[in-house]
Amino acid sequence: MAREPVLNVHGLSKRFGGLQALQEVRICIERQQIYGLIGPNGAGKTTFFNVLTGLVRPDSGTFELNGHTYEPTSVHRVAAAGIARTFQNIRLFPDMTALENVMVGRHVRTHCGALASVLRTRAVRTEEEQIRRRSRELLEYVGIGRLGHLQARTLSYGDQRRLEIARALATDPKLLALDEPAAGMNATEKLDLRRLLERIRSDGITLLLIEHDVKLVMGLCDQVTVLDEGRIIKEGSPAQVQHDPVVIEAYLGRANAPK
Amino acid sequence: MSSAPQSTQTQPRSALRATAVVALVLLVLPLVAQWLGPAWVRTLAFAALYVMLALGLNIVVGFAGLLDLGYIAFYAVGAYTFALLASPHLTENFPRIAQAFPGGLHVPIWASIPLGAAIAAGFGVLLGAPVLKLRGDYLAIVTLGFGDIIRIFLNNLNEPINLTNGPQGITLIDPVRIGQLRFDHAVSVLGGQLTSLQLYYYLFTALALICILVCVRLQDSRIGRAWMAIREDEIAAKAMGINVRNIKLLAFGLGATFGGVSGSMFAAFQGFVSPESFSLMESVIVLSMIVLGGLGHIPGVILGAVMLSVFPEFLRHTVGPLQMQLFGRIVIDTEVLRMLLYGVALVIIMLYRPKGLWPAPQHGIAPPAEPASAVQPQADA
Amino acid sequence: MGSLDTFVQQVFNGLVLGSLYALIALGYTMVYGIVNLINFAHGDVLMMGALTALSAIALAQGLAPGIPGWVLMLVGMLAAIPVCVLLSLVIERVAYRPLRNAPRLAPLITAIGVSILLQTLAMIIWGRNHLTFPQLLSPEPITIGPATATVTKLLVIALSAIIMVALLLLVQYSRLGRAMRATAENARVAALMGVNPNAVIAATFAIGAALAAVAGVMYASLYSVAHFYMGFIPGLKAFTAAVLGGIGNIPGAMLGGVLLGLIEALGAGYIDQISDGVFGSNYQDVFAFIVLCVVLILRPSGLLGERVADRA
Repeated sequence: MAREPVLNVHGLSKRFGGLQALQEVRICIERQQIYGLIGPNGAGKTTFFNVLTGLVRPDSGTFELNGHTYEPTSVHRVAAAGIARTFQNIRLFPDMTALENVMVGRHVRTHCGALASVLRTRAVRTEEEQIRRRSRELLEYVGIGRLGHLQARTLSYGDQRRLEIARALATDPKLLALDEPAAGMNATEKLDLRRLLERIRSDGITLLLIEHDVKLVMGLCDQVTVLDEGRIIKEGSPAQVQHDPVVIEAYLGRANAPK
Repeated sequence: MSSAPQSTQTQPRSALRATAVVALVLLVLPLVAQWLGPAWVRTLAFAALYVMLALGLNIVVGFAGLLDLGYIAFYAVGAYTFALLASPHLTENFPRIAQAFPGGLHVPIWASIPLGAAIAAGFGVLLGAPVLKLRGDYLAIVTLGFGDIIRIFLNNLNEPINLTNGPQGITLIDPVRIGQLRFDHAVSVLGGQLTSLQLYYYLFTALALICILVCVRLQDSRIGRAWMAIREDEIAAKAMGINVRNIKLLAFGLGATFGGVSGSMFAAFQGFVSPESFSLMESVIVLSMIVLGGLGHIPGVILGAVMLSVFPEFLRHTVGPLQMQLFGRIVIDTEVLRMLLYGVALVIIMLYRPKGLWPAPQHGIAPPAEPASAVQPQADA
Repeated sequence: MGSLDTFVQQVFNGLVLGSLYALIALGYTMVYGIVNLINFAHGDVLMMGALTALSAIALAQGLAPGIPGWVLMLVGMLAAIPVCVLLSLVIERVAYRPLRNAPRLAPLITAIGVSILLQTLAMIIWGRNHLTFPQLLSPEPITIGPATATVTKLLVIALSAIIMVALLLLVQYSRLGRAMRATAENARVAALMGVNPNAVIAATFAIGAALAAVAGVMYASLYSVAHFYMGFIPGLKAFTAAVLGGIGNIPGAMLGGVLLGLIEALGAGYIDQISDGVFGSNYQDVFAFIVLCVVLILRPSGLLGERVADRA
């Protein structure tokens, strides 16, 4: 049974001054896949993310989201189109509560405006109730249901990462793009994260991850693309990629490549 | 903030009681003040006006995090719009208008206030659109410039056509009229008398209460959360789908609307307007009020506005005579003292209580994380 | 040849004005470059300098009535400079330093407060009225080609030029200058290399204040007036000049200052002609502001600044 691609990227290139950050990058992510994007530092993974989510304008490249042309021009339209992201250095709203952080995630799928809010129409009250309820559900879903009333900046590192995921999920994304979601976590936390991500996938959302933890990527991802210096050097299943000499050389340097 | 609805549900009676007390105080206040002297009633009326201004600026600076140093321009626009619509100026200077309105131009308040608000909002959007993407300090300077430009135009638009009457300003502005009631005359009520100043106080307080209601509702709404998100992390807010530019414009426009309404009321109250009343210092005064009280916290903002409009009056009545007693003459004139107060307030608050005298209560603080080796709490089923 | 004469005259006027703007802009740009703060109170430091000079000159005239004008001007400057330097050091230490790591808007709000305090101080000491600043140098017109100048105007240009060259040399070749540039680029690393950031920052404020003092005395001489509010407009315009040239960039501030002076002089003159006196010199101040908006909206890094990326 053919699975239609959620995200199709062709010919993506970006140059920053003298540095070719991305060169003719292609990616095809199918529905409900967990897709990994790996590579040594400086390979262009975060640049790819930033282009995908509108923070950086590419020099060339086409995107298709669920079969429709997708142009990541304004950052704020990205979420509406169906791509939600988390950030490498967690970007929560630090002085708002955990619940409020997630409620902000609902903004893009709700519509009550200023006038209606001032008049507190029935539509507003219903929508607010729905926003609150859904946000609480999402906090439970990621495992921090009891922390909703706490200020986001005071949560533990692991809980903050979960909160960021909950907030991204609140936008009802088709594609969830996670920038190093396991950074700074210990083994137990990574296991929990893996369970959460698999659960998210089985609930119908497609995932794209940048990750450095090779073990996590190998255990979790269905497909992997390896970038090095802006170019794709290998694509395939984790097993295929793991033992590929070109990949190993990219990470460890020529001297260490298996003969 | 997110738990506010719960508390009013679980303790409706005490909330009702508090509201009744506040209402009573507000009703009785001008009568007490009148007994102290009519100047005090005037102070109260201005306090209510400043509360509206402070709430408006709070939407821009406190809710959305945009430092607007030219806020007074919207006050000026509202005031001049009202002045032009309800005074002899236009009919005296433009024969065509005099012909169209043989009885004089006396637009009633139910039309002139919304018009003043709308034109101020229009200016807000016009001024805001190109500059809201600027970084905090640049935005501050640019809005500062805007504010002063408006004043320059008000001062000079008496040629080639006399729109604003230049430095002399516009006089003989109609007072507020509701039905047959004219606010510039005293009125008999329940056997007693309410002075003109007291009438204006009640009107302004009612308007201020409406403004408070609007702000409270906005704060706890989808838009209010979006403003807060932008203030905390603009990029994350964009990534969550918030149209930052439009939402900022909304804040700016709404703030301008509050300014416009207050400005119209000021024009009616004072009876004349001139460019002098709309200097940078006025913008700074409103800023000091919200900084002193508690940026972004509605009760704090009200406190700051009341404090910084009442206290200088209080000083005028005590420090003046005190200086006479001590030095035989006025060493520091009360106007200077007033400015000194605002300057000191800004510096001291930023250094020692940057969140203001009455900041928003802190949200719950998470207990320190369990050591990593301990058993992880299971996700709730 | 009438319009060419006017043009040359306006260019000259623009240079005079621009030299002053450049001096003041340097204070803004150096402070911004090193601590990322718009020193809102800078214009008021200029004001204090002008008023201090006025008092010193009055005192000197009282003590020795026959003193020549240029000595009095020197006395004025020598009195203004230490006062402004001291003032700005106190302000930096008391109001800005504690907020160095505070969120962006806090130091700006404090700076506004300081500005108000300086104005109130001036009002208390010198009153609120506009005071006349004496004509110290000969008011005789000097013809240079088609333009008319006075000694004062020529002095403004000459003195500003000398000061700017001296500053460039200081920043480029002296130990302090190197320390300033290092701290502006990366304060922490500079500290690791043995630079005392507090001392360097204080020195930066002090130099800016000294320049403002000189500019204040010359401004007051040019316009023959001094009062507590005189710092606001030149301050705002000088800030515009700094932004125009590229905030944080020293040659940029000089270029921006001169350019702004020229734009203002030529602009005001020609708009006056074009609109038949309707939009005349009253609107001169608006030009600087329009320049500010245009620069910030179209090219926020200014003419000589680096392209500033404000993305994550």
